Amino acid sequence: MHRVIIIGATSAIAEATARRYAARGARLYLIARRAQRLEDLAQDLKIRGAADVAFGTLDVNHHAAHVDAFAKAWSWLEKVDVVLIAHGTLPDQSECERSADHAVSEFNTNGTATISLMTIAATELEAQRHGVLAVISSVAGDRGRQSNYLYGAAKAAVSTFASGMRQRLAKVGVTVITIKPGFVDTPMTQHFQKGALWAKPDAIARGIVRAVDRRRSVIYLPWFWSIIMLIIRHIPEPIFKRIKL
Amino acid sequence: MSRVVQSWGRYPAISQQTVVDVSDRRQALPDIAGLMLPHGNGRSYGDSCLNEGGVLLRTRNMDRYIRFDAASGQLECEAGLLLSDILDLVVPQGWFLPVTPGTKFVTVGGAIANDVHGKNHHVTGTFGQHVLSLELLRSDGSRIVCGPQRQTEWFAATVGGLGLTGLITQATLQLRRIAGAWMSTESHRFEDLDGFFRLSERSASDHEYTVAWIDCAGKDRSLGRGIFTCANHAPACPDARPSAPGRRLGVPFSPPFSLINPLSLKAFNSLYFHRQRASVVQATTHYEPYFYPLDSIADWNRIYGPHGFMQYQCVVPPSDAKACIEHLLKTIASAGEGSFLAVLKQFGDRVSPGMLSFPRPGTTLALDFPNRGDQTLRLLETLDDIVAEAGGAVYPAKDARMAGRRFRQYFPTWEDFSHFIDPRFSSSFWRRVTE
Repeated sequence: MHRVIIIGATSAIAEATARRYAARGARLYLIARRAQRLEDLAQDLKIRGAADVAFGTLDVNHHAAHVDAFAKAWSWLEKVDVVLIAHGTLPDQSECERSADHAVSEFNTNGTATISLMTIAATELEAQRHGVLAVISSVAGDRGRQSNYLYGAAKAAVSTFASGMRQRLAKVGVTVITIKPGFVDTPMTQHFQKGALWAKPDAIARGIVRAVDRRRSVIYLPWFWSIIMLIIRHIPEPIFKRIKL
Repeated sequence: MSRVVQSWGRYPAISQQTVVDVSDRRQALPDIAGLMLPHGNGRSYGDSCLNEGGVLLRTRNMDRYIRFDAASGQLECEAGLLLSDILDLVVPQGWFLPVTPGTKFVTVGGAIANDVHGKNHHVTGTFGQHVLSLELLRSDGSRIVCGPQRQTEWFAATVGGLGLTGLITQATLQLRRIAGAWMSTESHRFEDLDGFFRLSERSASDHEYTVAWIDCAGKDRSLGRGIFTCANHAPACPDARPSAPGRRLGVPFSPPFSLINPLSLKAFNSLYFHRQRASVVQATTHYEPYFYPLDSIADWNRIYGPHGFMQYQCVVPPSDAKACIEHLLKTIASAGEGSFLAVLKQFGDRVSPGMLSFPRPGTTLALDFPNRGDQTLRLLETLDDIVAEAGGAVYPAKDARMAGRRFRQYFPTWEDFSHFIDPRFSSSFWRRVTE
């Protein structure tokens, strides 16, 4: 049986992933900001086949509450197989350029908070000597682009942090997976014009569950983003700084 | 946010609409300028799910279950859930949709707003007749909970109300018991319309599902020939293994011209009729191919090419149904138009509470026509003349072209209904037929 903790559980990708685990009969512990949404979600997941669902509220920017949030989840699940960290926002890049406060606050939500949560989850998983820590980073973290480099910088921090943690925890049988979705059609990206590169949250969720099953390290979702980002990473800086991306 | 959203018929093409996703049923409607219209999975054929110059409230992300009682078969869920999702959940637990249209890829909200019907209309009536309650979110922020016993006037306006009375956020449905996923079916060949009416009458009392496919390319002697199928949910069959979900085929792109033309039509119709050699064939079939043969081909609507197609579904009263259907079929055959799947069915007497509900006692005929512009529009006008004279009606969910005066004649309650329309809601269809 799967015992799964999901942070940022009300995000579209997290919800789609939770549904896939529910269909497998998992026990799920959901963490997000709004209690009412979590309650609705828990009800839905039970009907979809979850063995049981509980939830706790947390504002990820309230770092002092992180330890307690995990402690509650752990004591309810007893042993944990999967921790998925999926919270996030999509900052308004131009607002981040105008306001340093805004930039730092968005960096905290998408980067600092994630690092804090990963650190606490890692301690617990290390003690168990078992489990998977999957964190949703982004293709945006592979190279800073003018259109969203604040978001990209936060995600780069997460990817780099996860890389080091993966090395450290491999020794004790704990897997750390960096998930790098490309464009996903979610409420977070509602105002974008959607083209052929856009994926549905459920397609990303399927990739996440498969990556966890196979104990992968870094995955791009959908897979073709690994090729796109390979190219983007290798564009020489003198050219890169002249193009619009 | 503005993008091209097409209905299933891919006609008309409308691009000036803003699309907003609604995913939280507890939230108020978006604070946005323009007239709004709920949009589920976009399987309405014409413009009843479109809103030129306005806002579409896309509900597909509002798709959570709220309560399912596996003992009583009552299911409460959000309105953006697809019927296909519900079937996946409830069939293994011995329940089935009380009424299902010819595709399972419609939302619960859409099924209510169009008060859809299925092959069992003569027994169970419409989808709306199995809704125990629903919640309507109005643009002033108020929420109306209505049902067959509560706020009945709002219920009557909303069932079949084309999404105009407000946003349906959630509904409670009464499902029906089944022993398993299998259907016992019987197919009969018939040579003319008399044969169809005879078979319909004979099987109405002991078969829950009846429908006929009719050869609409046939002229003279072959006019009105076809294949009548009737079915019941099969008793539990322990031998029958659950069928592996077959690979879903798809139409990857729209060909530059319609693959449906007079030549292919005639060949297909003739082949389809003669495929069945014996006059009666019995079989046990999984419910999916029985109810949803076209759902196994993704984007089948693309075969009609870039101009799309128009579906025409009418109902004519029982008194002179035969003469009227014959007249319609002759008119279609002599125009050299017609479709792969012309469908004929006897509606029953169970009248829906919905003010604008389409099904009513009589015979219903449904066909699709590749859009050939004026030629097609003229033919459909002629069909309207026949239907209107007989006192029948045309189905708004499938319409992209009927004249306003025809709509108002088919649905005389439209004016009473209009008092229930939310002042911030409208649709391309509604403006077309009432302004």
